Amino acid sequence: MITLTHYLVVSAILFTLGVLGIFMNRKNLIVILMAIELILLSVNLNLVAFSNALHDLVGQVFAMFVLTVAAGEAAIGLAILVIYFRGRGTISVEDVNRMKG
Amino acid sequence: MIQLLAFYLFAVVVCVSGAFTILSRNPVHSVLWLILAFFNAAGLMVLANAEFIAMLLVIVYVGAVAVLFLFVVMMLNIDFAELRAGVMKYAAVGFALAVALVAEILIAVGAYSAGTLQLGRRIAPIDAKVNNIEAIGQLLYSRYLFVFEGAGLVLLVAMIGAIVLTLRPRTDVKPQKISRQVQRRAKDATRNVNHPVGQGVEL
Repeated sequence: MITLTHYLVVSAILFTLGVLGIFMNRKNLIVILMAIELILLSVNLNLVAFSNALHDLVGQVFAMFVLTVAAGEAAIGLAILVIYFRGRGTISVEDVNRMKG
Repeated sequence: MIQLLAFYLFAVVVCVSGAFTILSRNPVHSVLWLILAFFNAAGLMVLANAEFIAMLLVIVYVGAVAVLFLFVVMMLNIDFAELRAGVMKYAAVGFALAVALVAEILIAVGAYSAGTLQLGRRIAPIDAKVNNIEAIGQLLYSRYLFVFEGAGLVLLVAMIGAIVLTLRPRTDVKPQKISRQVQRRAKDATRNVNHPVGQGVEL
């Protein structure tokens, strides 16, 4: 029998992996974006699991909106990455200090 | 039984591929692991009776976002070996934070499982007779119509933003100017000469 707790544990592991990915890849911006996608995936998994457990459809509708925002975020983030790389020739996070003044 | 087996299969694969997404040395491999993670998460969602969201996940992520990531990774000429150099510098802090985070989440899950929480009334109860996609469609086009259109607006703004950000005037190419081509007349481009015999032609 699959319970809600099973889903929540998987989702927690995925979320933690995403946060860990942000911390460990301090140089590669693309992997940080992918880690953010992992975090959003775990949130979606949570919403769907609760929707199933509580027999309420709103969680799935909200998961769809989260998916929309995640897609937009990926597009904008990658566009910023491309123009940043065009100007500086690097995507290392430690080199992003142009706005320090 | 088969459900539990499928759940554990999907769960293990999604966690392992998530770990390899953040750990693999080559970002192309990272994107491929991410695709595997999304496929298996879609499998988990199918097990949770959310077929529509699962298919949406496959279409949107595997079909669009992952391809976008792959495209950007392959388009940028980056020395990835150099990028991997300082990975372990923040590993200790990251692991401490991850352990704290997973402990907190597990405590929260345990507290929820204890059953003391009283949840409010259901907004849209799932009807067993109506299938998933039909129910979501009915909800989305009635109660959440404005939110749905807002989501469309978000996508439109993201599309325009991405185009505006990456568009640049290029000077190293010769683009086609349709208006100049259409405006060009025969009398502008040709001339008649009455050339004497025996002399060279001046062009």
